[in-house]
Amino acid sequence: MSININENSCNGCPKRKEGRCERICPGNLIKRKNEKAVIENKSDCWDCAACVKACPQNAIEIYLPEEIGGKGANLLAEVKKNEIVWVIKNQSGNYKEYHLAR
Amino acid sequence: MEISEKNTDILIIGGGAAGSFAGIMAKEYAPDFDVTIIEKAHIDRSGCLAAGINAINAYLTPGQTPEKYLDYVKRDSNGLVRDDLVYSIGQGLNRVTQKVEEWGLPIHKDEDGNYLARGPRSIKIDGENFKPILANKVRKSRVEVLNRTVATNYIIQDGAVRGSYAFNLRDGIFYVIKAKAVICATGGAAGIYRPNNSGQARHKMWYSPFNTGAGYAMGIRAGAEMTTFEMRFVALRVKDVLAPTGSFAFAGAKQVNSNGEEYLKKYDKINTPIRLYATVQEEKAGKGPCFLNLNNISKEEGEELKRSLLGMCPGIVLQWEEQGISTDNIKVEIEGTEPYIVGGHCQAGYWIDKNRQTTLPGLFAAGDVAGGAPKKYVTGAFVEGETAVINAIKYSRESDFVDDIQDSMIKEEYNRVIRPLKHTDGITVEELENKLQDIMEEYAGGKSKSYELEEETLKEARILLKELKKQADHIVAENHHQLMLAHEVIDRIEVARVLVEHLIYRKETRWPAYQTRIDYPERKEDWLKFINSVIDTDSKKIKIIERDYQSLK
Repeated sequence: MSININENSCNGCPKRKEGRCERICPGNLIKRKNEKAVIENKSDCWDCAACVKACPQNAIEIYLPEEIGGKGANLLAEVKKNEIVWVIKNQSGNYKEYHLAR
Repeated sequence: MEISEKNTDILIIGGGAAGSFAGIMAKEYAPDFDVTIIEKAHIDRSGCLAAGINAINAYLTPGQTPEKYLDYVKRDSNGLVRDDLVYSIGQGLNRVTQKVEEWGLPIHKDEDGNYLARGPRSIKIDGENFKPILANKVRKSRVEVLNRTVATNYIIQDGAVRGSYAFNLRDGIFYVIKAKAVICATGGAAGIYRPNNSGQARHKMWYSPFNTGAGYAMGIRAGAEMTTFEMRFVALRVKDVLAPTGSFAFAGAKQVNSNGEEYLKKYDKINTPIRLYATVQEEKAGKGPCFLNLNNISKEEGEELKRSLLGMCPGIVLQWEEQGISTDNIKVEIEGTEPYIVGGHCQAGYWIDKNRQTTLPGLFAAGDVAGGAPKKYVTGAFVEGETAVINAIKYSRESDFVDDIQDSMIKEEYNRVIRPLKHTDGITVEELENKLQDIMEEYAGGKSKSYELEEETLKEARILLKELKKQADHIVAENHHQLMLAHEVIDRIEVARVLVEHLIYRKETRWPAYQTRIDYPERKEDWLKFINSVIDTDSKKIKIIERDYQSLK
């Protein structure tokens, strides 16, 4: 399982000592390089989605690797004060939203 | 590496559920104390709660009592648990739940304001943010947290634990942390067996792949007594994405084989290991794969199930979307996971007394590394964290910092820790990990062997692991991150060796699938006892000790 970090959306969390995703990854897998976050070893990712939720730019999405039948859909999260909105974009490009209290 | 010494009254190793709770409680009971948590990732999302959880599964709903909780845990564990520990956990479950609610955890309520029960011991929560809530409370409590700090071994003097050695992943500082008392609250161990998935999905597992048994290994090396490693935990999960099956079961799902038969009906006594064991038996009989069948739920219930899964295992919702699966007729394939060594679901861990003190003076244990109390889950880990802290404070009031640690002792550990960085040629982390997982899978009852064990192959595993431990001396690391990974494999080999000794020793089948001995298929009354182990710190040999089961009644 793993994540993609969208290079265009990632702003590298300027002014922060470490990027938000870099800070909270429980596997210490994300580093900032040239002011962009990168995941160093995708196969080490647990798929916990902590980084997905931490990114205010919504630059990080989860996808299912081919090994477990992934077809190219992805999932990202918009975190609001009392709510988290999960957005799934399926392989045909259609969107679906789920609203969860938090 | 620069060497840095530091003192703290209470040192907590591991900032997961148990460690965070212990830290908060330490400042509540002893505001004057310096309390330090060392955590190898960052406390905000480290440990088992990284993704969140959608229920608290150890809570006493109205009508439940600590006695009933003990009866249930004992029944589920086929009679063998530490009654005293389980009972004391039962007494604290609701108190700690109330505390985390006060700190901000949203718990579902009914119209009368009571917690919404999902089962007799289960309540529903919006727990996606559970870990950050705990971490915030840790910060507010003024507990010092050393993030990215990897514990490597205890500081031992005259047989007592007086602190810990550690190194920082980012700046490479080697710490010598002296403490009046130490609480080990690290996780259990994943990655000992070959994981379910491979390639890029290899870490898509039930348990945190970052929990690699460091706390066990440190205890083993220091000569602490360990218990019941042979009760491995295998989770029954949704294939591929390894989503939890509990959410489906509570919604009324049935386990069926490929012919659509409800195969659990063949068993009169159904508990957690049997649900798994029965599934493995269907597969062996050619009636697999097995499924969780959830039809007849309303659209609304289906959407609620999805939302609840998103707060814990978002991958499955993504998979359903990709495969066009709708929730009005859910049929998900299920399978067992790789075996894990854990004290929170099963009971592998330090042998502790009721104060959560280990057999090493000055060392306490809580959560997944504390043995003897299965099915404690997150709230049970909190109770243990609190109990460990109360007693660690008492211990600390009567002890002081170790005056002087011999330079040679520090040097020895420092050299052991950094050795992989000095190697330019040798075995890589990945090679060593693969070898370990191959040995355990083939000879110590991995998933591909239907989790079955027998003496002959276990003895082969013993020989191969001994050899592997020697190879681990040549492991290579190029940077501090790899150095952490190298020690994670070294620690897992340590845990695997002890595990194999436990598996060889128990000559019965106590927990089908978790521990199925095909050469001793029956459960026997005279094996209603604990198997413990301790390493002789001089000869390095693993010695087995039997301990009697003691009933509270």
